[in-house]
Amino acid sequence: MNHVTQMPERRPAQVRKGAAATAAPRPADARARRRPTSPQWAAWAFLAPVTLYLALFYAYPLYRNLDLSLRNYTVRSFVQGDAPFTGLANYTKVFDDPTFAPALLHTVVFTAVCLIFQYAIGLALAVFFHQHFRLSATLRALFLVPWLLPLIVSASTWSWMLNSDSGIVNAALHAVGVGPVNWLTSPDWSLTSVIIANIWIGVPFNLVVLYSGLQSIPGSLYEAAALDGANAWQRFWRITFPLLRPVSAITLLLGLVYTLKVFDIIWIMTKGGPADSSTTFATWSYQLGFGNLLPAFGPGAAVGNLLVVAALVFGLIYLKVQRKQALS
Amino acid sequence: MNRGAARSWWKTTLGLLLTAVMLFPVYWMLNVSLTPEQDMRKSPPDLFPAHGTLDGYRTVLDEQLPYLGTSLVVGLGTVVLTVALAAPAGYALAKLRPRGGGILSFLLLAAQMIPGIIMAMGFYAIYLQLGLLQSVPGLIVADSTLAVPFGVLIFTAFMSGIPGELLQAAKTDGAGALRTFVSIVLPMSRNAVVTVSLFAFLWSWSDFVFAGTLVNGGAHEPITLGIYHYIGNNNQEWNAIMATAVVASLPAAVILVLAQRYVAAGVTAGAVKD
Repeated sequence: MNHVTQMPERRPAQVRKGAAATAAPRPADARARRRPTSPQWAAWAFLAPVTLYLALFYAYPLYRNLDLSLRNYTVRSFVQGDAPFTGLANYTKVFDDPTFAPALLHTVVFTAVCLIFQYAIGLALAVFFHQHFRLSATLRALFLVPWLLPLIVSASTWSWMLNSDSGIVNAALHAVGVGPVNWLTSPDWSLTSVIIANIWIGVPFNLVVLYSGLQSIPGSLYEAAALDGANAWQRFWRITFPLLRPVSAITLLLGLVYTLKVFDIIWIMTKGGPADSSTTFATWSYQLGFGNLLPAFGPGAAVGNLLVVAALVFGLIYLKVQRKQALS
Repeated sequence: MNRGAARSWWKTTLGLLLTAVMLFPVYWMLNVSLTPEQDMRKSPPDLFPAHGTLDGYRTVLDEQLPYLGTSLVVGLGTVVLTVALAAPAGYALAKLRPRGGGILSFLLLAAQMIPGIIMAMGFYAIYLQLGLLQSVPGLIVADSTLAVPFGVLIFTAFMSGIPGELLQAAKTDGAGALRTFVSIVLPMSRNAVVTVSLFAFLWSWSDFVFAGTLVNGGAHEPITLGIYHYIGNNNQEWNAIMATAVVASLPAAVILVLAQRYVAAGVTAGAVKD
């Protein structure tokens, strides 16, 4: 029991180093220590390039995107820059679009299913690899490969594996007596296909982060539980899972932000099709802006901005949770 | 003792099996890249490249070298730009206690959450007016947005660990902030430089969204577009496509072999800060 009460005391000391990366020097610290008066201009001279960079290459593109969504752009006015201001017309257009409801549904399903499976598989693997057997470190490193591969490589490999006629997946299904599935060309299966590929890519991230979380759980807790006669299943649900909750929250929230913006995989494998059956907000936005011969920049930017809002909302929750954990 | 060893072997076997399942797509990519054209549509497909051919790789050498060259240049450019921007910022945030530094850190974290296609659309609108579409420097700047916030984060965390006494001593010896940064902080942060460079290169090398919107159809296209055009043209030479994919995966493989500890550090740094 002693160990449990020790846990919260241990964390801040470790976290502090990282917290400095996110938080400004705490006022209390600054006042308590009479720090040498390091001139502010020197500090900001070092920060100036990155500040300018943020303004030019983050804020300005975002502003341009907002501007795009509030005007009626055509190809001509896009080049000349004299598109009329139309207020929220692009947004209402997007909301009334027959693609809106399916895109929303697909985005929610894609994100939720990917998150659940990535987390569950990642956690199971993290617990497994935490047991320190021969080769465990090497095999764990190999699990990083899907995460490191360029997305176009993963997506094209999965495309060929899921090919209806010549893919290995259908060949394997045939061997066990299941008929061929049109993974990428049937509206019933396309979303499932891109979800499978994306889970494969996301598992390593969950594995690595959750594994690092497992390492901070003191081994003596497990020894004590084993002495009390708890079996492996009980040890997992009574010790590992509850103590991993902070890390789990962070993993899931960050995973949520990452999954919301997944574009490459879906676009390369199905282009959101067939018949919009795997369209999410990310692919829909691109489809509107760049996917057609006649680009609809305004509505495309509007969809994109909805996605930005969603990502930022969950991103802020993530930052809040993370800061709360760092301070507690 | 004996029982423990037996249990450990059982786990190793299971571990090998799980790794094999996980890496099957990678194996399949290799297998298909070596499969001769006439066996490509065979049903069921050959599980091993028994009649392996290097035709696919020959096609890569013939057709994809310019793409690979562009990717290399863009990747290295992104690394230089990212480190040049992120290292001084990390130093300032970690050691110089700037007023308003907290807000800047917060903005950098928020910046990481903006979906790439939205950035791409904004860049497209700007580059169109500036005439920077289909230019290599334009792509380098866009790709660097993938890595700069992460870079600042890593540098800040790493440089916080440099003992303050050391910097104080330098100051006593009359070194200014710039001098301290160049001759003490930067050399001591070699590991952080390596980590940030690796990821900046990998992300820029793997980028598809910016390449697809900003340099598509131009004279200098990166390897990701090379593969994409292959697939898009309804190309049936899947051995060539997969061979290109294998070559495009080489940086990832090199990074995994040479710098695995940096990779794991990088993955966790973004998420769990302890």
